Amino acid sequence: MLKIENLHASINGKEILKGVNLTIRDGEIHAIMGTNGAGKSTLSNVIVGNPMYEVTQGKITFNGHNLLDMKPDERANMGIFMSFQQPVEIPGVSMTNFMRAAVNARYKAQGREQLSAGDFLKLMREKRKIVELDTKLTSRSVNEGFSGGEKKRNEIFQMAMLEPEFCILDETDSGLDVDALRIVAEGFNKLRKPDTSAMVITHYVRLLDYLKPDVVSVMIDGRIVKTGDASLAEKIEKTGFDWIKEEVGL
Amino acid sequence: MNGTRQYTDFFNDVRDTLYARSCDVMNAQREMALARFESLGFPTRKTERYKYTDAGLDFEPDYGIALSTLTDELPKYCHRICNAPIDVTPYYNSIADRNDAVVCLNTMLSVDTLLVYIPRNTRPEHPIQISNILKGDNDTMVNRRLLVVMEEGAEADIIITDHAVNDSRFLTNQVIEAFASENSHLNIYEIEETHLLCTRYSNVYIHESRNASVRHTSLSLFNGHTRNTCNVQLASEGSEVNLNGCVIADKMQRVDNNTRIEHLVPHCTSNELYKYVLDDSATGAFAGIVYVSEGAQKTSSAMTNANLCATDSARMYTQPMLEIYADDVKCSHGSTVGQLGEDALFYMMQRGIGIDEARLLLKSAFITEVVETIPLEPLRDRLHFQVDKRLRGELSKCEGCKLCK
Repeated sequence: MLKIENLHASINGKEILKGVNLTIRDGEIHAIMGTNGAGKSTLSNVIVGNPMYEVTQGKITFNGHNLLDMKPDERANMGIFMSFQQPVEIPGVSMTNFMRAAVNARYKAQGREQLSAGDFLKLMREKRKIVELDTKLTSRSVNEGFSGGEKKRNEIFQMAMLEPEFCILDETDSGLDVDALRIVAEGFNKLRKPDTSAMVITHYVRLLDYLKPDVVSVMIDGRIVKTGDASLAEKIEKTGFDWIKEEVGL
Repeated sequence: MNGTRQYTDFFNDVRDTLYARSCDVMNAQREMALARFESLGFPTRKTERYKYTDAGLDFEPDYGIALSTLTDELPKYCHRICNAPIDVTPYYNSIADRNDAVVCLNTMLSVDTLLVYIPRNTRPEHPIQISNILKGDNDTMVNRRLLVVMEEGAEADIIITDHAVNDSRFLTNQVIEAFASENSHLNIYEIEETHLLCTRYSNVYIHESRNASVRHTSLSLFNGHTRNTCNVQLASEGSEVNLNGCVIADKMQRVDNNTRIEHLVPHCTSNELYKYVLDDSATGAFAGIVYVSEGAQKTSSAMTNANLCATDSARMYTQPMLEIYADDVKCSHGSTVGQLGEDALFYMMQRGIGIDEARLLLKSAFITEVVETIPLEPLRDRLHFQVDKRLRGELSKCEGCKLCK
């Protein structure tokens, strides 16, 4: 599904990604773990085309398409979704209008007929239930006045509405209490189809207990330095990253 | 004086016609207005209240000047001033600024005045709508005058719209005087949807008595050059005024709103909210002053001007001012000028929303706050629709207008 080759990227002239190689197959849940500042969030942002970051070298292909040539909305409409680490508040833009515009764009890209107003609201109601998002939240402005946990749930709600093929969960677990974490993770599991892939960035194994990654990669200093199965995450939880650093000579 | 000659010459040429077509109460003010106009000259940008608009330049072109009167058949509550059911002498030209040459020009050249008179404890069943339709093959100047008299306990909604039918140059010089007696409630909505060759000068004067409330909302949706002033005297305790404005401008459009609210007595309230969305090379200006006179204790006043410049070449000048001579008051004023939030734009694009649509959603969200203040629901709904259409570039430009193509 996603193939990243020798990716270098910088922000404000500072190189953060220093040659990332990563492959995520159809239906694969791929966890990325790593120390603070290793470049995990930069990697997510570069995949979705955040203009703050500059790609200086390398290639990203998504289902055969060259992602780096595409605008953020074009990438999104191909089925790439990122759950933001810090979702943005947009005062004055109602959740309904925002979601309507997003769903319309996605349907248009898929060549599907636009939903009627009634069907759209029905879809909102249906999907809201999955992440147990309060009705009053969807009638407000986007993320405005939402608590940290509500914002994260709202991200998964949007994912449910847009049915992406590839999801990036960028520290979706941060700021969530145990119950909220369970709801978000179970929501994600309910929503995913057999061929949905995900890249999960986390510091904690608890989220991975729910999501059950197929592959775990470790990122240190702008590179993927080690890749293994779910047991790698457990080992990191117990012993930290130092042994990996030693192993790769960092 | 600068550029005044063509107007004084014209006045002298048509003096007899003017006097014949008009009525005593208006004619009684003409010569004084002429003298003031001649001695003042058009305000320059050195005049404090005209800092952001060059009136001399706007009045310089050679316009044909309309001298037509209103028809005798007007809807209920509306009258030609010559048929006024009340004595209008105490009202006409009594609160308009005699030191403003543009106002004096109007007093000199206006042929007729529309009087909206709402008798004691009356509330018209429907809002009163006044549509100003500019039409003509030649470049035309229109001087129009509106007088609103609200008796005790009267209530009314007045909707004033400005349109231009064809592509000639139009210059509108409007003066409104509104008197809100004790316990009366008046809402005035002014909506401009003209075109790029239209220049509008509007001077509004409002006088409020005890426990009166007035709401004046000005919406500049499409225009050329616009200069609006709104001047309010809160002259009796318990009166309240809300001045709101929304401006959407792009291309080379200019909109200048200038307000003055005078708290002359204690226990009055004023609120102002003006928001601008400026695109392309549009220029916006807002200058508002709240004057709290000595002894006007327990005054409550809030002024907000928030602006969005969507491009580097859009310009906004903002000047919120307070002048306070009382010591027990609550007054706030603030203004902001910002750009579209990059974070919000990216967030929306990550959800598949194209850049144009994302920008539109943000602009619309910004300006909606002003439309939301309108209590008259059908008008509010209509304006939400108009604002959306305007932001999509589907207003005026595509309605038979050759200028914007």
